[in-house]
Parts: sequence; structure tokens; C-alpha cells
Amino acid sequence: MTAYAGTAKKSFWFRFKLNFFKHWELYLLLAPTLLYIFIFLYMPMGGVLMAFEDYSATKGIFGSPWVGLKHFQRFFNSYNFWQIFYNTISLSVYNLVANFPIPIIFALLLNQMRMRRFKKVVQTVSYAPYFISVVVLVGMLNLFLSPQTGVLNFFITALGGEPVYFMAEPELFQSVYVWSGVWQNTGQAAIIYIAALTSISQDLHEAAMVDGASKLKRTIHIDIPGIMPTAITMLLLNLGRIMSIGFEKALLMQTTLNISASEIISTFVYKQGLLGAQFSYSTAVGLFNSVIGCVLVIIVNYTSRKLTDTSLW
Amino acid sequence: MVHIKRNHIRRSRSDIIFDAVVFVIMLFVLFICLYPLYFMLIASISDPNYVLTGQVILYPKGITFLGYEKILGEEDIWMGYRNTIIYTILGTTLNVVLTLSAGYALSRKDLPGRRGILIFIVFTMFFNGGMIPTYMVVDQLHLIDTMWAMILPTAVQVWNLMIARSFFESTIPTELLDAAMIDGCRTLRFFTQIVLPVSKAIIAVMVLFYAISHWNTFFNALIYLESESKYPLQIILRNILIQNQPVAGMMDDMASLIERQKAAELIKYGVIVVASVPVLVLYPFVQKYFVTGIMVGSIKG
Repeated sequence: MTAYAGTAKKSFWFRFKLNFFKHWELYLLLAPTLLYIFIFLYMPMGGVLMAFEDYSATKGIFGSPWVGLKHFQRFFNSYNFWQIFYNTISLSVYNLVANFPIPIIFALLLNQMRMRRFKKVVQTVSYAPYFISVVVLVGMLNLFLSPQTGVLNFFITALGGEPVYFMAEPELFQSVYVWSGVWQNTGQAAIIYIAALTSISQDLHEAAMVDGASKLKRTIHIDIPGIMPTAITMLLLNLGRIMSIGFEKALLMQTTLNISASEIISTFVYKQGLLGAQFSYSTAVGLFNSVIGCVLVIIVNYTSRKLTDTSLW
Repeated sequence: MVHIKRNHIRRSRSDIIFDAVVFVIMLFVLFICLYPLYFMLIASISDPNYVLTGQVILYPKGITFLGYEKILGEEDIWMGYRNTIIYTILGTTLNVVLTLSAGYALSRKDLPGRRGILIFIVFTMFFNGGMIPTYMVVDQLHLIDTMWAMILPTAVQVWNLMIARSFFESTIPTELLDAAMIDGCRTLRFFTQIVLPVSKAIIAVMVLFYAISHWNTFFNALIYLESESKYPLQIILRNILIQNQPVAGMMDDMASLIERQKAAELIKYGVIVVASVPVLVLYPFVQKYFVTGIMVGSIKG
């Protein structure tokens, strides 16, 4: 650092050039990644302009006529706007309400297990479902939940119930989506809490034991406060992602029978845009989605910084 | 030892109940996680008549390998396998090279303009152009229906880049670099000959994360690929599992419609097993790195 002291008075460009040549190897390491980010992440951001135009491929982004908010108005006024909007929000919220606390509870209980070997086995097995692809997961759901031949319905009928057609009932779509997600993600999401729990000082537990605190009490009064900062950070991350809920799974689970519940903004964009070739309209719908997501992140982050002193940036 | 002993004496009645409840819950978790996977396996080698009437619950019945014979005779599946392996190997190599080199450069505090570059990168985690504009860019680059559409649009995952950066920041001390610089070692040589050999853990983590994501990629293939000869395994799987597309070899020798439907169900279980075998075989070896990766990510998360 001291080497630059003499250059402080020189012009910006002079310093820039000096720095650049001194560090060209670092830039060489960075260059391909920055190029990738520019092409595949920033250029599409420019493409968002399509949302305000009547885009046609022959005229290109800069030649197509400007139409302002026409496509947004069309979306807001379309007959299924509120349904799609509601489906997206409610699925995300339901997903968060189940997928946020369950890994925490799992980590807390696992942490209290006495048998070391068994504990290790449970943990290792718990994140195995995470490696299964969405396609295979939905395929498994189709097989397991089938009304005539699915193994879950055999259990239900064996217990005296009526077989349920899980994949076709619109009312059940969100539950199947969310709880299969819990099955797949709990073990993976718990890893970070388990790590946070092992970093809690053992002295606290021993002191509490001397005072006669039960395991339940220690879990509530030592472990939970101990992982609170981690939990809040994870909650913030999840709230920020609320508008970008896993769309592949929704698309794959979609059938003509459950469409009234399974159509969310991103599946709608896919169908309008890539299958229906309505580029401008679907870009507008997608932009609406990401703007809401962006605003949500900012609000959540701001509120959390005011209230709890924890924030993402 | 003392600690364990004291624990033992102090186990109160409420603690015993607590332990028992936890134990039962964990058994339940174990069952829930393993049973679906186990069921796939036993259903795939059982007589479909038993599977479809709910008689296969705990162990295979009427063992048959007919399903696997059909699957292994199916060209689409082999082709999908081959394509997926190609995309995974090429894609992961590119991913790991780019992510590690850029991650290292970003971890260097003396990189001029570091703050600006980081903002440029992190911004993309909060806002993106969306599906259609991204598709248009891939289209303008003439990548549609080429192998590169499966590799280039996902060349770097920003989240993984941040993981690599924080790994290098916390494991490579500046003193090491200073010492090497005094000896006349430049950045590139320092990176390839000193940093990489001590960073095996992060290399393994990156290979794992990226390889899994390539192996499981479905949507990019759906929108970017058109010719069937380029389809990866996941698309073939979707056709068989979700769209109920019949497997070609099934049609010839199966007499009745009912027989065919039964065989189709059997094949579905088998296909899931065949598609998951590589992941499950590697699982015991990679799970350690999986945990490491998640933890490194959480340091600066």
C-alpha cells in the first residue's frame, strides 16, 4: 500500500493505469466472469425495455414502437390477474411458513439427541432428498399420490379413509407443493442451524444444568436465543426470495385439473412468452414480478435493520 | 468423561420424557426420508400386479427385472444419459475454473476497484431481466439448440462465486502472498501453485454444487433445446414420468392395453432408480463436502 503514497496526487487515470498494469493478472482471472455477468445477466436487464414496447424481432429493441404501460394495464385488467397474483403470493407465504420453522425445530431436537451415532445417521440421511431433481420429485409425487395405485392412498384406505386424488384437486395443490418441499429441503436447511448450535458455549448449558434446568428449558432459553441471529438472517433471505418461488416444480405439477391453483406468475410468463410468443406482454408480467420482489427485499431489510439490528447489507 | 457421567446422574424425569419424544420424532424423520427412496427400489423389481394393488409395502414381491430390461433397451434413456454426462463434465469444468479464479481475484484486498466490481456482481442477485429477455439474448448469440445453451448461460452462479470468495478470504493469509511476492512470484503462479493446492475443500464443494445442478437441469433444456438428440436425461425423464410418454420398446410385444399400462408403471419406478443411481452412489463420498459448502456460504451469507 505504501508504494502508492507518491501517486496520490497524480491524476485518476494515471493511478488507474498504474494499478491496472500492476494488477493485470488479477483482472485476467476476473475477466471471463465479468464478461459472462455482463452478457447473460446485464444484457437481459436492457431487454426489459421490451415490456414498454410492441416488440417485433425485425425492428429490434431500439426500433420497436414505444407503448408505455399498455402491457401492464392489459395484465392488471385481464380476467385471471387476481387469481394468478393470489396464487403466487399465497403459495410463497405458505411455503415460507412451513419451510422456515421446521428446519429450526429439527436442528434443535437433533442437537439434543443423546446417541451420537444415531444422530449422525439421521443428519446424513435427512439431506439426501435434497439431491433429487425436480423432475424425479414430481414423478415420485405422481406415483405415490395416484388415487388408484399410489402407496399413500393404500395407507389412507387401509385406515378406512376415501382415496384422495392429490394431484388433481386444486385445493390440495399448495399443500402437496409445500410439504414435498419440506421433505426435500429440511435436512439441507438445518445444516446451518446445527452449525450455529455447536458454536453455543457448553458452559452455558453446564451452568443451567447445575441450576437444575431441564433439557426442554435449556433448549428454549439457551439454544433458541443462540441461533436467533442466524434464523433472522435466513428469514430475511427467504422473505427476499418470496416472489421467485421455485417455478419448475409448479410447472411440472401443473395439470389441466389443478390449473386454477397452480398457475403462478412465472408459469404464466413462460406460457405467454415462450409458448405464445407474446414477448412484450410476458416481459411486462415478469418485470412486475421482479419489481415486487426487489421492493420486498428493500422493505424487509430496512424494517429488520430498524427493529433488530440485523440486515443483509 | 466427567461431563457425560454427570449428565447421566442428573437426568430428571422430564429429561427422560424429552429424550424419548426426541427419539421417536427422529425415528419418524428417518422413516419419512428413507421410505420413499426404498419403496422406489422395491417397486422397481416387483411384479406390477402386486405394486398396483398395494401389496408391496415392506419388501419386493414377485421379483422381476422386466422393467430394467425395457429401460436398458430404450435408446432415449442412453442418449439422455450420454448428453447429461457431456453437459455435466464440460459445464462443471467451465463453472469451476471461472468461479475459483474470479473468486480468488475478488478475495484480494489489493484489487483496485474491488468495491465497484462487487456491487456490479451482487446487484444481479437482487434484480434480473427475467425469462424472456434472457431467452432473447441466448437466441441472439445463436446458441438455441446447441450444446452451448446448456453450458454458457449458467457459466457462473453468483452465489457460488461469493462462497469461493469468502473461502479464500478466510483461508489464504495476506502474509503468504507478501512472502511469495518478495520471492518474485506473480499472481497467476501464486494462484495456481500455492492457493489451489491448499484449497482442495472448496474445489470439491464447487464441483459438487455445480455438477448436481447440471445433472438436475431441466428448464434450460426445455426452453433452449429443440432437437431430441440433444435432450438431457431430465427431459427424457419428464416425458416418461410426467407426460406418460410410452417407452418405445414396450409397444411391440405387449398384448393388451392393460399389460402395457402395468409395464409402464413398473418402468417409471425403474427409471427413477436408474436416474438417481449416480447421485446415490456418490452420496457417501460427497456429503461431507456438501456440509462444508453450506457452512462456508453461511459465514458471510
